[in-house]
Amino acid sequence: MGKIRNPKELHSYREELLAKRTASRKVIAVCCGTGCNASGARKVAQALVDEIQKQGLAKEIDVRPTGCHGFCERGTLVLMHPEETLYQRVKPEDVPAIVEKTVKNGEIIAEHLYDDPVSGEKHVKEYEIPFYKHQERLILGKNGLIDPTKIDDYIALGGYQALAKALEMGPDRVLDEVKRANVRGRGGGGFPAGRKWETCRNAGRQQNALPPSGEAREGGSVPAEKRYVICNADEGDPGAFMDRSVLEGNPHAVIEGMIIGAFTIGSDEGYVYVRHEYPLAVKHLTVALEQAREKGLLGKGILGSGLCFDIKINRGGGAFVCGESTALMASIEGKVGEPRAKHIHTVVAGLNGKPTNLNNVETWANIPLVIEKGADWYTKIGTKSSPGTKIFSLVGKVNNTGLVEVPMGMTLRQIIFDIGGGIPKGGEFKAVQTGGPSGGCLPADKLDIPVDFDTLVEQGSMMGSGGMIVMDDKTCMVDVAKYFLNFLKFESCGKCTTCREGLRRLHELVTEITEGRATLETIQLIEELAATVEAGSLCALGTTAVNPVRSTLQFFRDEYLAHVNEKRCPAGVCKALITYEITDACTGCMVCKKRCPESVISGDKKQKHVIDTAGCIKCGICNDVCKFDAVRVY
Amino acid sequence: MTVKFTINGVGVESAAGANVLDTARRYGFEIPSLCHHEAVVPYGACRLCLVEITKGGRKKLTTCCNYEVLEGISVVTDSPAIRQHRAMVLELILAEAPDAEPVRELAKQYGVDTSRFAKAAGAGTAEKRDCILCGLCVRVCSEIVEVNALTFNGRGDQKGVGAPYLEQPQNCIACGACAWACPTNCIGFVEEGGMRKVVKWKRELPMAKDDQGRPFAPVFQLTHFKQRAKAIQADFYKKAPGDR
Repeated sequence: MGKIRNPKELHSYREELLAKRTASRKVIAVCCGTGCNASGARKVAQALVDEIQKQGLAKEIDVRPTGCHGFCERGTLVLMHPEETLYQRVKPEDVPAIVEKTVKNGEIIAEHLYDDPVSGEKHVKEYEIPFYKHQERLILGKNGLIDPTKIDDYIALGGYQALAKALEMGPDRVLDEVKRANVRGRGGGGFPAGRKWETCRNAGRQQNALPPSGEAREGGSVPAEKRYVICNADEGDPGAFMDRSVLEGNPHAVIEGMIIGAFTIGSDEGYVYVRHEYPLAVKHLTVALEQAREKGLLGKGILGSGLCFDIKINRGGGAFVCGESTALMASIEGKVGEPRAKHIHTVVAGLNGKPTNLNNVETWANIPLVIEKGADWYTKIGTKSSPGTKIFSLVGKVNNTGLVEVPMGMTLRQIIFDIGGGIPKGGEFKAVQTGGPSGGCLPADKLDIPVDFDTLVEQGSMMGSGGMIVMDDKTCMVDVAKYFLNFLKFESCGKCTTCREGLRRLHELVTEITEGRATLETIQLIEELAATVEAGSLCALGTTAVNPVRSTLQFFRDEYLAHVNEKRCPAGVCKALITYEITDACTGCMVCKKRCPESVISGDKKQKHVIDTAGCIKCGICNDVCKFDAVRVY
Repeated sequence: MTVKFTINGVGVESAAGANVLDTARRYGFEIPSLCHHEAVVPYGACRLCLVEITKGGRKKLTTCCNYEVLEGISVVTDSPAIRQHRAMVLELILAEAPDAEPVRELAKQYGVDTSRFAKAAGAGTAEKRDCILCGLCVRVCSEIVEVNALTFNGRGDQKGVGAPYLEQPQNCIACGACAWACPTNCIGFVEEGGMRKVVKWKRELPMAKDDQGRPFAPVFQLTHFKQRAKAIQADFYKKAPGDR
């Protein structure tokens, strides 16, 4: 079918799709997100297609390569609908048995099931697994149902119905709905999207000159002034991959959100600014845009309305700072990606000096939901001040690494322990950093705070775009601060003295601490300098860059003092301050001796070994390879 | 259109579109800065012109070179907090440009004699000299001279300034406007043997001679200016400035 000319045709097209699909109800969804892909998901999917073809089941079973299911720790994930049986860590060679036993005969293969390391239970259904059970996957859930390269999959699930509804509602009512839903920007700041849209829509227009709702469409909808909508997909936080997975797995949700936004604001041109390092996201988005154009969902006269809108992809060169709205817009304009002062907001004068509304991937993906189900439904999820869900990438020292989507207001403890399965190898929780590199590190006594935009800021951290890095007792918090300062000083655009020089100096000072060269004055200077970097920098990258060092100083001051006063690293991480020693538990197995790259371990077989500390480079390999826990770090 | 607001409680006026720093200076309020020149677009790099601006009941610290004047705002140019932040910024800049006299003088005014930070790598060397990356050379070259010979390169603590691809700037006409605008005098400008050399960019160009046979300006510079100012009579370019 070619262009869909009006909402009615969209509806009947969907009915057609659904009718075809009842014949082949069984769907095997193979997670082909970037994580699973790396462990060979494409090969698993191909093997499934081949095997099903061989067995003559192609008509009854649809093998669907989908976007990320979130449970990256256990990839490749194979999810069978409608039973929702989940097989994890599937390899291509497992496929024939899976088809023979499970697909044909409904027999469960126990070895592919998820076994809970905490309870020891095996779970058959995806929704029974604790990792999924506690989530509310409004956005991510669709990833497991859609082949992102097929617009029909999205439409069959009810895709673009929200757009049809929005066109019927008219811009005023759509705006009202988004405002009432209080959708807050998922990119970090948490600014209400509805208010942003409204300012952008009214920028440069006389209030009373606004055409009454509906008239704008019929009258051809060329806005009085050029306006842009932008999707910020320049996700640059180390360890964060929320936006990537949404774009890779469900690009049409973002596109639909943007079209609704453009309709409301009065824009005819949109951009998705996406990292060039996200090739799969770029590919899927490109395919999705082409298909949306073919179906008449982008271009002129969308769904028979007067709405004209199209989206271009702008690939970023991987500068962290280009995630900042003004730097991003400078980059689209072909200029150096440097932020400018926002005394005049981008909603008034943004890209090319025109009113520009920028939201991030996840925010746009929330919009169709809000329109489809309404603000009343949406505000029932999450908290009063932060409605809806939020996607986090849960990484670091946690059992279940992956993407999780939870209602706002869930506590850190629930996310890290109930969903994340706690700390691996019996380790102890020490801190969690929320909000990416410029977020703060929160200690164990903050585990019970609800995660929403305002509470995190109150506690000295932030929501950011949703990175969540868990740290255990073997993590040195001074070293963590040093790591993030190093990242930020490199990723600063270098324009402001306070950010460029300030972060360089903060990194130097923290390095002095980790190398045992610091005094108490160093800590004082860090605090003084951090205050100026925060107060004096132009953009949010600079003003928030001090969060890691300041929050660790606030919550883990003891560790700093141990480094400074006792020249000791309590976590045993900072190389200049630690010593490796072999204890009496040594059985003389020779393993560490063989593996020591500097050959400074001596001792005969079945004799206690000794490290010559003078030549030791503190690489820690002896500790890692020792089976008897006989290497002590102090 | 005129905009009215207050600086340190004093009512001031300025044309819309002007910035707070220029307005304050016109009224005689002293605000330090190293990256600003009223002839070019404000950039906000040095962060010394931090002031406190109250707008609609909300108070915040901000640089004022890139703050457009607004009706009814109130600006405070000095306070203990402002002085403290400026002093810290000066310590940072002083470590970057330890030999630059203008920086040292300004730092002294804020009680900063020495910086607690180690001298920046390369500070005072032929490569980096005392550059504080204020971007005035880049802006003057592009906005005033309009030859776009200079640009920033790199980012973060690796950021530098120079010609594209770190080569000799092919567009540079050795006019010296960058050296004149530089707040730390780190660019360097030498004339000898009929040649003009802009030291930092390693650009050396032959000079044209006036009707007395004395070299007075690089040939490229004269050609560029001729193109830009067609109305001036031709013999203007044969005379040294003092003889016109």
